Amino acid sequence: MTNPKPRRHFDWSFWVVASLSVGCGLTVFLQEGAGVFFGILEDDTLIFLSITPKVIAGTLIGALVRLLVARETIAHWLGSGSGFKGLLIACLAGVLIPAGPFTVFPLAGAMMVAGADAGAAIAFVTGWLVLGVNRAIVWESPFFGLAFVGLRMLVSFWVPLACGYAARLLQERFKPKDETA
Amino acid sequence: MIILILTLTLYAIVGWLLLIAYRRRDGSAQKALVMTSEEFLHLLPRLAFGVIGSGFIARLMPQDLVIAWLGPQSGVEGLAIASLAGALTPGGPVVGFALGSAAIKAGAGAPQVIAYVTGWSLFTLNRVLIWEIPFMPAWFVRLRVLVSLPIPFFVAWLVMLIS
Repeated sequence: MTNPKPRRHFDWSFWVVASLSVGCGLTVFLQEGAGVFFGILEDDTLIFLSITPKVIAGTLIGALVRLLVARETIAHWLGSGSGFKGLLIACLAGVLIPAGPFTVFPLAGAMMVAGADAGAAIAFVTGWLVLGVNRAIVWESPFFGLAFVGLRMLVSFWVPLACGYAARLLQERFKPKDETA
Repeated sequence: MIILILTLTLYAIVGWLLLIAYRRRDGSAQKALVMTSEEFLHLLPRLAFGVIGSGFIARLMPQDLVIAWLGPQSGVEGLAIASLAGALTPGGPVVGFALGSAAIKAGAGAPQVIAYVTGWSLFTLNRVLIWEIPFMPAWFVRLRVLVSLPIPFFVAWLVMLIS
């Protein structure tokens, strides 16, 4: 269950974005002329070039952390947590983990098998979803710029802890009655 | 300036991690470089088309419609539409972020776009169906979605308070 799905370089989501971009570019060129077209192309190409070094650094850090920190180690740290400290550790781990869904969800499952409750697992998953540093650097800041990403992070920093805490309060009503783990 | 400091910090972290990997003398450093180049080749076309294309998409987005639905005056309904649109946006981060940044360029408000990005982060059906449901128990997914439901609204409300 830990094998990542093999990724194809040109899957359907790539083709959606590519055809949308090319189609819109062509339409702008035909409707508004070459001047507008090349103006937009130049602006956005400059943005793209300026973010590329950060993207490379982000992917390098992601690969190195994945190689240097064993999956078992992460599961151990998170599995032992409890109380507010457990939520905080789980949330921080989610924020910092440079991984895709094929790593994060199996880890969250492993945490729960190792004794963590749904609160910690949800703080972990939500920290990764909402505050994940790696995704913010590699994906989000190229599109929105640092000011927007910073503002979004600022108003969202409490979210994983709140979700984890709410889940901790509600989990007994959601768990199936016959489950002992 | 901030961008330069961030970039330098990132590369300092890269250098430090590479040193640790290199000292292991088990090929970790080389393996990391191979993984990185594969990952980067995967990212490059997506980012290129997404970032460069978002300017054209924004130019063609019906501006009055975007402003009416997601503009600064669109209120709670705008936030609800934005969060729902986030949940329904298919595909990985490129699709969601490209559409969100195009909406900003076309006149959508910051709280609405932050609600959209947060809705996408928490609920995108694509990720829930492909990754979360196969790996996690169903009751966990229900619990997580339930406690996350009000989040896009709270977050957007905080943005309104700040700005």
